Amino acid sequence: MDLEYGPEYNDFREEVRSFVKANEGVNLLGKSLRSSERVEWQQKLIDNGYFARSTPKEYGGFGGDIDILKSRIIAEEFAKSPIPKPLGGQGIQMLVPTLLELGTEEQKQAYVKPTLRGEIIWCQGYSEPNSGSDLASLQTKGELDGDEWVINGQKIWTSTAKFAQMCFCLVRTEPDAPKHQGISYLLIPMDTPGIEIRPIMQMTGDADFNEVFFTDVRIPATNIVGERGEGWKVANATLTHERGSLADPDVMMNRLYALIDLMKSETIDGERVIDKPAFRDRLLRVQGKVLAQQANALRLLSSSINKGQDTTMARFITKLIGTELRHELEGLAIDAMGEMGTLYEDSPHLRDSGSWQMSYMYFLGLIIGGGTNQIQKNIISERALGMPKEPKIPGA
Amino acid sequence: MYFGLSEEQQSLEDNIKKYLEDNASLDSIKEVAGGDSAKSADIHKGLLELGISGLMVPEEYGGLELDMLFASVVSGALGSGTAPVPYAGAYVMAPIALTLAGSDSQKENWLPKIAGGEVVIGIGLSEYVGAREDAAITASGNTISGRCLFVMDGKDANAYILANKAGELYLVDAKAKGISLTELVTVDKTRPSIELNLDNVEAELLPGSESNQEVINKVLDAGRLMLAADSIGASQIMLDKAVAYSLERKQFGRVIGSFQAVKHMCAEMAAELEPCHSMIWHAAHCYDHDPSQARLMACHTKAHVSEVGQQISKTATEVHGGMGFTDELGLHYWFKRIGLNRQLLGSPELVREEAARIQNFDQSPAGGQSKKEVGNPLLV
Repeated sequence: MDLEYGPEYNDFREEVRSFVKANEGVNLLGKSLRSSERVEWQQKLIDNGYFARSTPKEYGGFGGDIDILKSRIIAEEFAKSPIPKPLGGQGIQMLVPTLLELGTEEQKQAYVKPTLRGEIIWCQGYSEPNSGSDLASLQTKGELDGDEWVINGQKIWTSTAKFAQMCFCLVRTEPDAPKHQGISYLLIPMDTPGIEIRPIMQMTGDADFNEVFFTDVRIPATNIVGERGEGWKVANATLTHERGSLADPDVMMNRLYALIDLMKSETIDGERVIDKPAFRDRLLRVQGKVLAQQANALRLLSSSINKGQDTTMARFITKLIGTELRHELEGLAIDAMGEMGTLYEDSPHLRDSGSWQMSYMYFLGLIIGGGTNQIQKNIISERALGMPKEPKIPGA
Repeated sequence: MYFGLSEEQQSLEDNIKKYLEDNASLDSIKEVAGGDSAKSADIHKGLLELGISGLMVPEEYGGLELDMLFASVVSGALGSGTAPVPYAGAYVMAPIALTLAGSDSQKENWLPKIAGGEVVIGIGLSEYVGAREDAAITASGNTISGRCLFVMDGKDANAYILANKAGELYLVDAKAKGISLTELVTVDKTRPSIELNLDNVEAELLPGSESNQEVINKVLDAGRLMLAADSIGASQIMLDKAVAYSLERKQFGRVIGSFQAVKHMCAEMAAELEPCHSMIWHAAHCYDHDPSQARLMACHTKAHVSEVGQQISKTATEVHGGMGFTDELGLHYWFKRIGLNRQLLGSPELVREEAARIQNFDQSPAGGQSKKEVGNPLLV
């Protein structure tokens, strides 16, 4: 057991710290996505090796070696400062790694650099109204007509569709093949005629997701990643990536500190909530769970830099436990505030900009999204515990 | 950076598990539970040969002077085999207490004998943690009087280390005049519990513990980590047994492990338990290397593992259906072991209250911690 990163990393941390300090004045609030200020900032982060660190230079990255501890240090130091964070989202987290691994040279040249710079925003066209947990049953149709794909169908839960330029999309192109082998992974420009976007108003009052309708949408035949019928394989190369990112233990720890502060400042009959044993015990229970998740994350970090540590189970459980725990944590804050905890939007007496209610509801969404937690339990029991799949219903 | 067990730690764990598989089968545990003390003595002897008594004893007193992570690994292995032997009190807490607070002569008298497996020292801290029935010991001159409940590893012990309410530790020879011992019958038949009544019994203060709670805190943290590790080991076995049983047992023409209801019970157990392995490693590491986090981590690990262990011992039994309720299958030995571990050295509620005090929740104003807003996780 050795939790030190080592002396060479101390130097690196100092370097990151001085960069962060020198750029503390940068403020991009109010600057829209793809604005020149945001693109410039992204490029500056890439040039300094604080973003796209291991992406090859020829595709617009920094061209450094993969060094997970350095990435970790960058994340830690950026998290401590109000400076703008590197851009995230599904294009960067899911599409770029997929293209780098499985894309053609032309695709890499065309998309990786502008995506990293924040000039192209992507949305993910996976779920359909009748294909949620059973994603591989998706029915959006793609037919080759000369040198074009013609796409018809509907996607749902497509976040960022409203401001995306491109969509990476799963489409059924081989209707006669078994369901997992009939899917292709296509890249669709969102300004193609025939695409209609309808926002879905959600319980938080925001509309983070959309329905996307495709009617005779024509795109070049070359806009396919991998071969025809390999789309399921291509998509699965990156799905595991999304699940891990939905429950960041560092963010959880910050939320816990915020909850402790809240319970020290809220009072009932003049007594601090944290001094009431029933509330305090709930707080401590949540803290214990957060510490367990933090230790689990340390183990995962370790296994990504040390060979031979088996962390199959530790990895499979993070989405399930992390989202449930965040939901519990946010819910405790609401209880600590009582009636005040129900205030929302721009109400008088609102605490912390309403973020507790917003996150409480949002994490219910994440319990469902990214592979429902029931599907997570299937995955844990089948892939990590070796239990059998449900018997298949003929024809399904 | 490496977070996990070393090869040596892993192999020590494997050796102890192997020894218990070969020498402490479920049938043997049943014999011990039925009162066969020769059987438990045999198992004890074999484990002493593997070195369990010398882990925490400094090298200069003939021990191995290993760290808390080693001690936790051993405790986990003992829990997985429901080993009917002294350990947490006699071989972890006692040598730590003597090393930290004993006089030179006390150390010379006892530590080499602990390392050599010649003595067992029982540990009585229950009254310091939270006295039941107003039990307590009080000192007067060089004698102590009073009552200690649930002395850990106290049966057939050669001596006891007992705490008063101030956390000062007294060493008492088991043969001293004025001691009467009552065996308590708990649900856990793998580890006996005793009560001591003391009437003007000659006792030596461990001088380093006088007006110094740091010693008892260190002893207590170590004990809590051992109990947590024991429960993690026992919980893992219960989960493993539940999964294995679900893949054998058939109903409605299929193994019950193919039903989602059963699969989800097992997945939930695994999801709760897996982080506990990391948590005990982290807490054990903090015990030796991060004094600022050591106490908090020990309390939280004990409390959290107690909750998870309770859930798993219930659910794993349910997965076994009616068989889970039988003595034949014997699942209850682990269930009961986890049940006793939960209460010893503080139930989860008591230990969490201690964690709150450690963090000064009762005094410090808001604003002491860093605080950040959370954006939309899909967009950040």
